[in-house]
Amino acid sequence: MNEPLEFVGQTGTVVRSRVIAKILKNPLGLAAVIVLFAMVVLAVLANMLAPFDPNFANIGKSLASGDAVNLLGTDSVGRDVWSRLVFGARTTLLSALLCAAVAIVIGLPSGLIAGYYGGKFDGVSNWVVNVLMSLPGIIVLLTVRAAMGPSVWLSMVAFGILMAPGYFRLTRTAVQSVRNELYVDAARVAGLSDTAIISRHIFSVVRAPIIIQTAVICGVAIAIQSGLEFLGLGDASVATWGVMLNEGFKNIYLSPLLLLWPALAIGLTIGALVLLANALRDALEDAEKIKAPRRGSDTAQAALTATRRRPDRNEAASVEAGTEHHLVKVSHLGVGYPQADGSIKKVVDDVSFHVDRGEVLGIVGESGSGKSQTAFSILGLLPESARIVAGSIQFDGKFTVSPTDDRVSQARLGEFRGKRISYIPQEPMSNLDPAFTIGYQLVTPMMRVLKISKSEATQRALKLLDDVGIRFPEKTFAAYPHEVSGGMAQRVLIAGAISCEPDLIIADEPTTALDVTVQADVLDLIRDLQKGLGVGVILVTHNFGVVADLCDRVAVMQNGRLVEDGDVRDILRNPKDPYTQKLLGSMLENKEPLTMLVSAGMSAGQAIARDDERDEKEMAQ
Amino acid sequence: MVSFILKRIASGISVLVAIAFFTYCLLYFSSANIARNILGEFASQDQVHAKELELGLDRPLLTRFFDWAGSALHGDFGVSWFTSEPVVSAITTRLPVTLALVVVSIVCITIVATLLGMAAAVKRGWIDRLVQGAAVVGDAIPDFVLGIVLVSVFAISLKFFPATSSISPDAGAGAWVASMTLPVIALLINGVASVAQQIRSAVIKQLEKDYVRTLRSRGIPEWEILFKHVLRSAAPAGLTVLSLKFVGMLGGVVIIEQIFALPGMGALAVQSTSQGDIPLVMGVVLYTVIIVIIVNLLVDLINGWLNPKVRVS
Repeated sequence: MNEPLEFVGQTGTVVRSRVIAKILKNPLGLAAVIVLFAMVVLAVLANMLAPFDPNFANIGKSLASGDAVNLLGTDSVGRDVWSRLVFGARTTLLSALLCAAVAIVIGLPSGLIAGYYGGKFDGVSNWVVNVLMSLPGIIVLLTVRAAMGPSVWLSMVAFGILMAPGYFRLTRTAVQSVRNELYVDAARVAGLSDTAIISRHIFSVVRAPIIIQTAVICGVAIAIQSGLEFLGLGDASVATWGVMLNEGFKNIYLSPLLLLWPALAIGLTIGALVLLANALRDALEDAEKIKAPRRGSDTAQAALTATRRRPDRNEAASVEAGTEHHLVKVSHLGVGYPQADGSIKKVVDDVSFHVDRGEVLGIVGESGSGKSQTAFSILGLLPESARIVAGSIQFDGKFTVSPTDDRVSQARLGEFRGKRISYIPQEPMSNLDPAFTIGYQLVTPMMRVLKISKSEATQRALKLLDDVGIRFPEKTFAAYPHEVSGGMAQRVLIAGAISCEPDLIIADEPTTALDVTVQADVLDLIRDLQKGLGVGVILVTHNFGVVADLCDRVAVMQNGRLVEDGDVRDILRNPKDPYTQKLLGSMLENKEPLTMLVSAGMSAGQAIARDDERDEKEMAQ
Repeated sequence: MVSFILKRIASGISVLVAIAFFTYCLLYFSSANIARNILGEFASQDQVHAKELELGLDRPLLTRFFDWAGSALHGDFGVSWFTSEPVVSAITTRLPVTLALVVVSIVCITIVATLLGMAAAVKRGWIDRLVQGAAVVGDAIPDFVLGIVLVSVFAISLKFFPATSSISPDAGAGAWVASMTLPVIALLINGVASVAQQIRSAVIKQLEKDYVRTLRSRGIPEWEILFKHVLRSAAPAGLTVLSLKFVGMLGGVVIIEQIFALPGMGALAVQSTSQGDIPLVMGVVLYTVIIVIIVNLLVDLINGWLNPKVRVS
């Protein structure tokens, strides 16, 4: 889904024209470009557009309102407001560019060197950055002005130095992240010099963020400069918007319009710079991003069966008679994601199975087969954008997804989740909140779900940690997730899953992320707990070895569909579907599959294309 | 933990010394006519010369700096060259106004931005578009321009608020509220816009994390996941922007204070720098930098408390 940013590794001209086209298509971007262009025209053609010298004072005609001679009127000493505004554009824009240029000249090379070579230079420059960022800008500028005089240019050079850390940090971080990329290593091995690598590979990465940063900094520079001049600390002999603001503020009671024009010019210009930066950022960001996935587009909505709608809490459709005894029953489930073009990409398609109490069902398939999506539908933990496009799910004789829902009802599942259905995730480390102790993360769910006191929950948590084979429960209880090993974290997560005595545990590849030796231990643990507690288990895995070890029944999934299901012994001995045979064959020979096991003689790309075709056909029906 | 704090304090002191020296050097070059400026144009050449000797202007840069630093270490920042008021008392009478303005603004920004950012991240839809749109508008209008607009509309035209402040050390709470409302609003808009934006993207990032799904699977109520777990992990991003905002504001209030005629550090900074009143400028700079260093230290400590991983390393 996430394609790399477009500008990476592309040649400059192609990308630039495409980005510019995108900015101009964005109404806010277009407005920003127009405003900035107008300001640049004012600045460049100031001599032609301004009827008066900006400092020409007609004392006899002060604070006049606009007429044919003085378009926008005159200020307190009779200077033409329009002429000063136009010349002010020149000074203001040039000084902003000067500030950005100084910041780039200092920040960019130092960031490149610090990021690429690291070492002492990195340490020293970071300290300098710390100093610069601790300085309150305006106070420094006031001091500089006191020392060097009230020059617009000098203060903008000083401000550029203060702004350099922005570029430094940006470049340094970008370079650091790219430096260890494989393609940069490859370039180095290929014998490219550091300069060549920096200019070719690294510069292309930082270019876009730097343009964005420059637009932002120009805006800040204009604001700061006008602010200083507004205080009366600017060079009064140069016409700038800030000086005009000062003049306007002094005469605010007499002629409020004097304040309006420079304020408008400043606001418009800074606003346009900010909008330009935003438009640029948007244009560079992933174009494939789906807009408003929650609503989907009209076609996506139309693609949903007409009867499907949001789940309603009060609705109590009853399940098919004679199926109430199943712990979980999934019937003809379809899960899909609305796409940018309005279609729905189905990831689970017409999947049906059931699990009874005390039974272990294995769902086997490769990555992308839809097995995890199926499991998350039962838990009600699908991503926001997912839609139930077909079928139903019932738990203990009640619908959690009734045949008319287009999403999982959080209200209905809230009664079961944690209490009666629990979850063991795949990746132990990322599934514990790093900011809380393991004990906290075990105790809180028990307090919330079982409504027991903290001390009781603590007692239970310590017992659970002991039950899942952790040697020093007290120590682990007090530890933070990053202080324990992956295997221990997985035991903690298993302890959490059984802590509220569930009827069904859904384990999503519970051993995949663990070391081989730990895998066997964790599987033993799950088997022992399942036997001891008599819970139903849905075990999602890609590994037939795990299935053979633990499961009573097995369902094999491929490309979102169920290809085969039945008793684990039958399927292991006598697989009927060619895909199961292939999957099993590769497992029994103790080999991991090297390619997608789609069908013989078909490349993965072709297979995906075929699936898309099939999906489209189904949507059309 | 203690060594972490000590390290940060040591680095803060090194920054402080560097800034003090750098500022002193800058001011050294601006103090050419200072004695004449103090005494006025009718003073005789001898008087000016005597004044220069009195202020120590004849001595070399380094001697002057170490002299000043030596007394500063003992808490003696000298007296203003122009008003003879002790620097410490000049600052301590004005600092409360500036600090009150900045701290109140930062607290308001934190609360409003957190709520808006979280709402935008969780609810999406119209509130998200509103926050995003407001972020652009807030970014686009410099706070002092907003301040000017507020003064002209609400204080001068509509007369809802006093155009000049009535804050004095013994003024009642009412006077403070009346004087602070508009300046805080002027500072608020810009800050809320950018901080809410940061919180929003940090919360969205956290909501995609695996542990959030696991917490949901454990039956933890959604509000608890949001405000206890997600917000805690998303907070450092917001804190960083907030601390930058704080530094920016300490400078930015110079202008805001002028607009709203608040008797804070701003006027002192403007006046002392334009006169070349070295002891006063040094005092203002040092106090500001010390506040910045303390705030950065606090932010580091809060980050350490929020994220136990930072605490160990």
